[in-house]
Amino acid sequence: MKDTSSTRMLLTGNHAVAWGARLSRPNFMACYPITPQTPILEKLMDFQMKGELDAEILTPESEHSAMAACVSASMAGVRVFTATSCQGLLLMHEKLHYAAGLRAPIVMFNVNRTVAAPWGFWPDQTDSVSQRDTGWIQLYSESGQESLDTVIQAFKIAERVSTPVLISHDAFYISHALEPVEVPAQATVDQYLPPYEPELFLDTERGESVGNVVSPEMFCQHRKDMGQAMQLAIAATQESDAEWERLVGRGYGVIETYRCDDAELVIVTMGSMCGTVRHAVDEMRASGRPVGLLKVRLFRPLPSAALRDALAGVPDVLVLDRNFSPGTGGVLHQELKSTLFGMPEAPRVHGYLAGVGGVNMSPGKIEELADRVCQAEPSIQSVWAG
Amino acid sequence: MLRSGHAACPGCVLALSLRHILNTLGPETMAVAAPSCAALICGAQPCSSMKIPVYQTTLESSAAAASGLRRALDTKGKQDTTVVVIAGDGGTYDIGFQALSSAVERNEDMIYFCFDNEGYMNTGGQKSSATPLYASTGSTPAGKLSKKKNLTEIMAAHEIPYAATASAAHLADLVRKVEKAKGIRGTRIITVLIPCLPGWGLPDDEAIATARLAVDTGVFPLYEVEEGQRYTLNQTTRTRPVKDYLMTQKRYRHLSAEDRDEIQLMVDRNWTRLAERSATS
Ligand SMILES: Cc1ncc(C[n+]2csc(CCOP(=O)(O)OP(=O)(O)O)c2C)c(N)n1
Ligand code: SF4
Ligand SMILES: [Mg+2]
Repeated sequence: MKDTSSTRMLLTGNHAVAWGARLSRPNFMACYPITPQTPILEKLMDFQMKGELDAEILTPESEHSAMAACVSASMAGVRVFTATSCQGLLLMHEKLHYAAGLRAPIVMFNVNRTVAAPWGFWPDQTDSVSQRDTGWIQLYSESGQESLDTVIQAFKIAERVSTPVLISHDAFYISHALEPVEVPAQATVDQYLPPYEPELFLDTERGESVGNVVSPEMFCQHRKDMGQAMQLAIAATQESDAEWERLVGRGYGVIETYRCDDAELVIVTMGSMCGTVRHAVDEMRASGRPVGLLKVRLFRPLPSAALRDALAGVPDVLVLDRNFSPGTGGVLHQELKSTLFGMPEAPRVHGYLAGVGGVNMSPGKIEELADRVCQAEPSIQSVWAG
Repeated sequence: MLRSGHAACPGCVLALSLRHILNTLGPETMAVAAPSCAALICGAQPCSSMKIPVYQTTLESSAAAASGLRRALDTKGKQDTTVVVIAGDGGTYDIGFQALSSAVERNEDMIYFCFDNEGYMNTGGQKSSATPLYASTGSTPAGKLSKKKNLTEIMAAHEIPYAATASAAHLADLVRKVEKAKGIRGTRIITVLIPCLPGWGLPDDEAIATARLAVDTGVFPLYEVEEGQRYTLNQTTRTRPVKDYLMTQKRYRHLSAEDRDEIQLMVDRNWTRLAERSATS
């Protein structure tokens, strides 16, 4: 169903994020500027100044303090949003575990940028994929529109399973590129996302505390509960997405398969690379090569069942990783190998490090890789694409 | 407000101070605790020795976490809930200093209590930048070679609405300062000197006497600074030489007479400067 009450605007990816945040009516934000996240922060400040956003915005001296403040605000029972990128996300690392451990349903937007040293300003997902063990749900977006929609969905997911959500889109390709974006009406979002009213929060009436020391058994139970919430997050993401789609006509799934019918090769990737692969797939299909795209939107928890289902019977899979974990290679490559482990007639998984450090990956280059892997045995290690 | 059965060492005056502080603040209070003896005194899940809600944060982030809590309560119209930080000197002078300075610069509405036992005590007694010159700790076994950082002066330089020092041996003064702080808006900080029994090498029943000696010798003067300008020295006379204070603590056992003289001179200098500021403001 098409959403007739929305307004079409020409927005950068980051301004689309700011709109998503504004429409979600957060009560509190704490942000520290970093390129290329700053337009999100500045736009939100602008909304607040004009009285269009009724939120407390804290601007502390570092990302570490920003996240520290987000967690305590969340524990007080209010809706919390923040945004960052690369070094900022890494500086928050300790508090990322903390937020997840306290089951704080914070929504954070991260703009994927190369991690220093050396310094760069280029799209690279190492910043966020390296946070995969912190207990945050992670979603990757391919466009400004998807980023806006995902921010709104993320609050629903986070609050439903009491787990923080990190959404990422790529530096510049998405963050600073202008595109027409459907901005839903406030009433539509209000209908979808009711005010956050948690059962438990810090309250002088009750006098209960949070974060105290626990026994080993209680700690272990906390972790089991987190694991369970993560498993529930797959269905929660699916349902939140489906509900949004019913309202506005746009849904994305936890994964998306594009032209995968009868495909002999499926290219698996995340973020803005999906757009380039889509283009390459169309070219290859046009010249009779049976190739498809599998976009991983939900990276944590990894939707294993959906991935195994989608890739059953596919002879070859090409993973394109715009991230690098020295010593192993591409993170999505590793994840996919382990997810497909033990599957009867599992696809041959070829991992390529493609676009690391923001190196350009053209559709032509992707076609070349596709042709190459179909004739080769996969190697255990990821291979540099260029 | 602080229940019995908490986890402080028997004879610790931190628990005593905390009890008086909380009783003065009353039930409409929330605390942010950084890892420290104060946080351990709050108890282990699912128990709490505190009648007020406590949010336990990470070591470096108490002022930032309290800022977040404050703003969240504000959005809920709970401006009347007092937000306090309870942290140690390590969490204040060292790792949490950046967040503290930032919160004070923004003049966040909170009362920050620093329980200054002059070292990282719950990790077994290592030095912090609040550890005084020549004091022996686990990480400065031969004695610390640098002086104690002057937190109250640094806070005064931020022109913080209210900064004060307090002592567990002067509970009426402590309570008065808490009441005064409660009546002010913006960031307020009260540093309470806590003679630590194992950390300073004191018998179980000597904490109060040691705290009193710290004030009587001028090692830890009781004073208040308002808006970074108005200084008030609360006890205007020194009645004992510094060596009386140093001689009872095992952490100073290795000091020579010259070392003690050097510390006396340092204390004299600080005292004179403070007395002048107090007299002229
Ligand atoms: C980032 C980080 N580093 C180290 C620690 C370990 N740690 C816990 S409490 C503490 C020292 C606290 O000293 P202080 O703030 O003076 O409190 P006290 O124990 O003396 O009351 C340290 C180093 C920690 N919790 N977090
Ligand atoms: S270690 Fe020192 S400060 Fe901590 S509880 Fe024991 S006596 Fe008190
Ligand atoms: Mg200490």
